[in-house]
Amino acid sequence: MVALAPSLGTILDVRRRAAWREPSALPGFRGAFAFTLVYAGLIILLPLAALVARPWEHSPADLVHGILQPRTLAALRLSFVAALAAAVVNTAAGLVIAWVLNRYDFPGRRVVDALVDLPFALPTAVAGIALATLYGPNGWIGSLLAPLGVKVAFTPLGVFVALLAVGLPFVVRAVQPVLEDLDTALEEAAQTLGANTLQTFARVILPALSPALLTGFSLAFARGAGEYGSVIFIAGNMPGVSEIGPLVIVTRLEAYDYAGAAAVGLTMLAISLAVLIATNWAQVRLARRGAP
Amino acid sequence: MTLTIDRIYKQFGRYPALTGVSLEAKDGEFLTLLGPSGSGKTTLLRVLAGLETPDHGCVFLDGVDFLALSARERRIGLVFQQYALFRHMTVAKNIAFGLDVRPRHQRPAHATIKARVDELLSLTQIEGLGGRYPAQLSGGQRQRVAVARALAVEPRLLLLDEPFGALDTKVRKELRGELRRIHDTTGVTTILVTHDQDEAMALADRVVLMNQGRIEQIGTPAELDAAPASPFVFEFLGGCNRLPCEVGGGVARFEGFAAPLVESIPTKDGYGVALFRPADTRLDLGANAAGLPVRIVDIRGRGALRTIECQTLGGLRLTAELTEQAAAAFEAGQRAKLTARRAVIDAQDAARPDASATVEKLASTTSNAVRR
Repeated sequence: MVALAPSLGTILDVRRRAAWREPSALPGFRGAFAFTLVYAGLIILLPLAALVARPWEHSPADLVHGILQPRTLAALRLSFVAALAAAVVNTAAGLVIAWVLNRYDFPGRRVVDALVDLPFALPTAVAGIALATLYGPNGWIGSLLAPLGVKVAFTPLGVFVALLAVGLPFVVRAVQPVLEDLDTALEEAAQTLGANTLQTFARVILPALSPALLTGFSLAFARGAGEYGSVIFIAGNMPGVSEIGPLVIVTRLEAYDYAGAAAVGLTMLAISLAVLIATNWAQVRLARRGAP
Repeated sequence: MTLTIDRIYKQFGRYPALTGVSLEAKDGEFLTLLGPSGSGKTTLLRVLAGLETPDHGCVFLDGVDFLALSARERRIGLVFQQYALFRHMTVAKNIAFGLDVRPRHQRPAHATIKARVDELLSLTQIEGLGGRYPAQLSGGQRQRVAVARALAVEPRLLLLDEPFGALDTKVRKELRGELRRIHDTTGVTTILVTHDQDEAMALADRVVLMNQGRIEQIGTPAELDAAPASPFVFEFLGGCNRLPCEVGGGVARFEGFAAPLVESIPTKDGYGVALFRPADTRLDLGANAAGLPVRIVDIRGRGALRTIECQTLGGLRLTAELTEQAAAAFEAGQRAKLTARRAVIDAQDAARPDASATVEKLASTTSNAVRR
């Protein structure tokens, strides 16, 4: 998962090669490419088009007004700030976990490796209820934190905790294959040149992993910003305090305010897209560093 | 910087990689560690680099216990087969790395580092490439960068692990000459690992020929060639024909074939398998010439050398390597007499072996070798 989006040049390359390879036992380029376009259009672009088309039923002023309500703004801010914080923490934690899984052999390594994927497999609502129970005032962890004056469940902190659980696999799975391919000779070269452990990590390993880390970060962030199921059970959903963006959308839908819901959705989409494009750009630049 | 390696043992699990290796490198000497894969040459190099810890033995550099130092304290230059360049750094940054990571009070000034990088760029003849990234360089250029990076720290030892293994023949030959020139310019004691005997012989002051975790022989290329210490050394350095022979009076004989034995390997009279190199093999078309009757099967090659494939009446395949001029007299299908300038005896048996069985066995191993 080095580059999220292939450049036009790569697409054309594939086309040139595919044209050469026909006839082949496998379906040719034309069919596969047409399928890709139609499928991506149906699954991704069409719903997005509907989302983009919807908010304009009212006047643009109404649209802006609908988004600029304090409650909506607070919810959007919570979603993105919590997602950002969780993605940052997950990037560091995911790197450590990927490192341990890759560089050390210990009993149960495969089990831990499989555990990382669990947040993918678990229904998000189940994860949310489990977290709410754990961190609730009477939960195992909640009851330990309560005397310290730390409340997790039903606060913005709860949102952050839920997003930690959701985003981790993205970072680990993005970093792991790159770490596997990383030549240990690089570390040995750095060592023999006199670099200490910290210098070897900071100057040799981290730069080599940075494109993958950035990929993991942006995926974890995008997923966190849009996360609904696991968050609503632990967040408490107090308007203006622990209410998240997706919940505002659901609330408006329940009030038959489809245009308003779409407006919030479009705003979230725009922000997420901007972040994805920015990280993707940086990531491609990092990955291509030095390539002609 | 005299390097003394004393009885090094290293075992990986149950596999013995080094079994009592001792050798000494003089100041400024260029040694090559030569041997087949699995002979322990790379392990020995990694022990010197501090990337492997031996089970027993000592390494001293100018009397200082080298094994007590970590890899980063040894100040050695290490060059890898796959370059191991830092791909996110420019060539100049790669070369400067060993100086950049020094603690502040030991780190040279910026200008000094820059001057040193420029000096190394010109020593390795890649001036003007300082601003490029490794991905923008050819394989040969990358290995030049790797050598420059290793030399930047003014290493006490320059260690190279199959440095030309990933390069094509032309670049390899070119870099070989360059490396020798760089060594002669800097005077750094150099140890190079290779499995290519031409490379080892062309580069080294002395060749250390290793086999199965032991040193078979240490010597100058000329010494190894003229006085091999064992049949293994003789065979590894030349590639050999095999022929069952009767041994007597320092000569190996078989149905007209007679070759004087190399004197450096003691041989008893009796029977054994004679090894002789294609380059030492002679062919004669004369009807009354002495030699083993063979039929010429095939003549191959271009340039100055021809490889002539022959077959004995018993079906054994033997190869002769002749100059273009000498080979011009022969053509496929002719009958000739084959002898050799010199031979060594391997697998010496006290009793006479069943000759036909030996020939069959040899014929099958030879054809395997040819097929490979």
